[in-house]
Amino acid sequence: MRTLSHLRRLKTTLVPEFHSWCKLQAPNAAGKQLPRIYVTRRIPPDGMKILSQSGLCSIEQWDSDEPVPRSELLAKVAGIRGLYCLLTEKIDAEVLDAAGPSLQVVSTMSVGYDHVSLEELKKRGIRLGYTPDVLTEAVAELTVALLLATSRRLLEAVHEAKNGGWGTWKPLWMCGYGLTDSTVGILGLGRIGAAVTARLKPFGVKRFLYADTGPRPDMATKIPAEFVPLEELARHSDFIVVCCALTPETQGICGNGLFSLMKDTAIFINTSRGGVVNQEDLYQALVNGQIAAAGLDVTEPEPLPTDHPLFKLKNCVILPHIASATVATRNAMAALAASNLLAGLQGKAMGKEVPL
Amino acid sequence: MYPCSCSIQQWDSDEPIPRSELLAGVAGKHGLLCLLSDRIDKEVLDAAGSNLKVISTLSVGVDHLALEEIKKRGIRVGYTPDILTDATAELSVALLLATCRRLPEAVEEVKNGGWTTWKPLWMCGYGLSGSTVGIIGLGRIGQAVARRLKPFGVKKFLYTGSHPKPESAVEFQADFVPLAKLAEESDFVVVTCSLTPDTKGMCNKDFFSQMKKTSVFINTSRGAVVNQEDLYQALVSGQIVAAGLDVTTPEPLPTDNPFLSLKNCVILPHIGSATYATRSAMSVLSANNLLAGLKGESMPSEFQL
Repeated sequence: MRTLSHLRRLKTTLVPEFHSWCKLQAPNAAGKQLPRIYVTRRIPPDGMKILSQSGLCSIEQWDSDEPVPRSELLAKVAGIRGLYCLLTEKIDAEVLDAAGPSLQVVSTMSVGYDHVSLEELKKRGIRLGYTPDVLTEAVAELTVALLLATSRRLLEAVHEAKNGGWGTWKPLWMCGYGLTDSTVGILGLGRIGAAVTARLKPFGVKRFLYADTGPRPDMATKIPAEFVPLEELARHSDFIVVCCALTPETQGICGNGLFSLMKDTAIFINTSRGGVVNQEDLYQALVNGQIAAAGLDVTEPEPLPTDHPLFKLKNCVILPHIASATVATRNAMAALAASNLLAGLQGKAMGKEVPL
Repeated sequence: MYPCSCSIQQWDSDEPIPRSELLAGVAGKHGLLCLLSDRIDKEVLDAAGSNLKVISTLSVGVDHLALEEIKKRGIRVGYTPDILTDATAELSVALLLATCRRLPEAVEEVKNGGWTTWKPLWMCGYGLSGSTVGIIGLGRIGQAVARRLKPFGVKKFLYTGSHPKPESAVEFQADFVPLAKLAEESDFVVVTCSLTPDTKGMCNKDFFSQMKKTSVFINTSRGAVVNQEDLYQALVSGQIVAAGLDVTTPEPLPTDNPFLSLKNCVILPHIGSATYATRSAMSVLSANNLLAGLKGESMPSEFQL
């Protein structure tokens, strides 16, 4: 066991040597010693093709559109070298223990990795691949779609068109809030946050603000966006868009403290992770008119039970976590996750690796 | 309260004025402030009589006005372009995104228990990245739409209309093409032209049959530009993948109209310019147009007859 963990530490620094080592362990022509990987779901074809045509691994898979049951996962990971998972699987000490010391790489088909215990991976010298960049455009696009659907009351309007509420054209019926001359506040000016601002700009936004762990001049200068404390973002924004990662620091950061400072005409949009928002506080803010409306693509839990109070609100739009949901993007994510996994198996540099 | 140089008679209701009321109310009036839901035809103009010198509409569209009859009588027309361009272009893009990313469908699944968990290929839509967008009518609103779509990664803009508009097109490097070519090559078709005898029924079965099977059709201009029956057939037969309409024939659509039950069609109740700021600005502009017309002065926004 100690020898193996030493080797694992060595491998992350001596990649070329490890590559040769890997070749010694590599499959013979009959594929008898192919490292085993487990894929936790039926994945889009571009990803599956890369894995199955690589000749680098033997694949076991939960070949279903439904998530793998926990007990099945724990049983199947025993002795695997690589794990290909989705954001629906919690990769914690329990799973890693069940896998055992053979596991050297986890590859998630997502940009978020809040479902993975980084500490536990680091302890065991396991590498982690993820899928940033390939999904940035689709996510930014859906974020803007959700913002507009919320601010211009599209879902309410669709409903009125169906239920007889649509009379003739009336000057003040179904009016919403426009982006022209507005101030937009981004919580988390990363890749997705910056891509959102690029898409919002031609709608006539007057000012972009952002809050983050620190200034991000690399992203902010070309927009341009001003770095401000969260309280100031709350006070001055007509639209707040949450694009940050879920970490211990951002857990519940959008709560009564934020909502009570916001304008009562403001729109709140979250497409990051449900855990960033205190949902109870959001409900109160909407019911009490502290903010005008909210749009969420992510909730806690997912799915949100159909009897949740947020569903009773006309001014709350809830989408079922579809931000990256285009066929092209999901295939690109699947392919990148597959490449990351294979690179990890071979001890090579991954396309996109989370530094641990 | 503002000082007023006219005496005002008004149908003071949120509901439209009944036809008989309108015909009685206009008699002898010098000015008429109307909405797009009021058909101002020969009958109304005759009922008004020879005092009528100005009609001011709270809209940019003038298809509800009998322009020939109005011109014959030397009556001037005020309308509200420009100030509603932003709100309408914004709504057009909102509708396009809601349609191609399947927002109403997704919301429905959330409410009826269809959302079980994150799935790689569930509820996938079509993105704008790398797409070709075809604009029918590259006027103020069409240009504002193109401007808003650009940063979504659109690869190519096409446009069509009565004539090329190179000064407007250059910003988007948009190519002027015949209607058929626009249909064939576009992943997204956005209709932002005015309704005229030339554009009436322009989007018909020939048009839809030329479109890609993966394409999305958006209309925020006027319902009559589209042959609605042909569009319905195109949607149910899979000739195009989805459509979004902010305008229909008639308005409102009766609740039993089959369009309202199509999963791949998003219908909005004509809310293109519906922001508080815009409707406020439109009412101020139409009032100022009217007052200028009464005084025989130049209007802030006069429609050239």
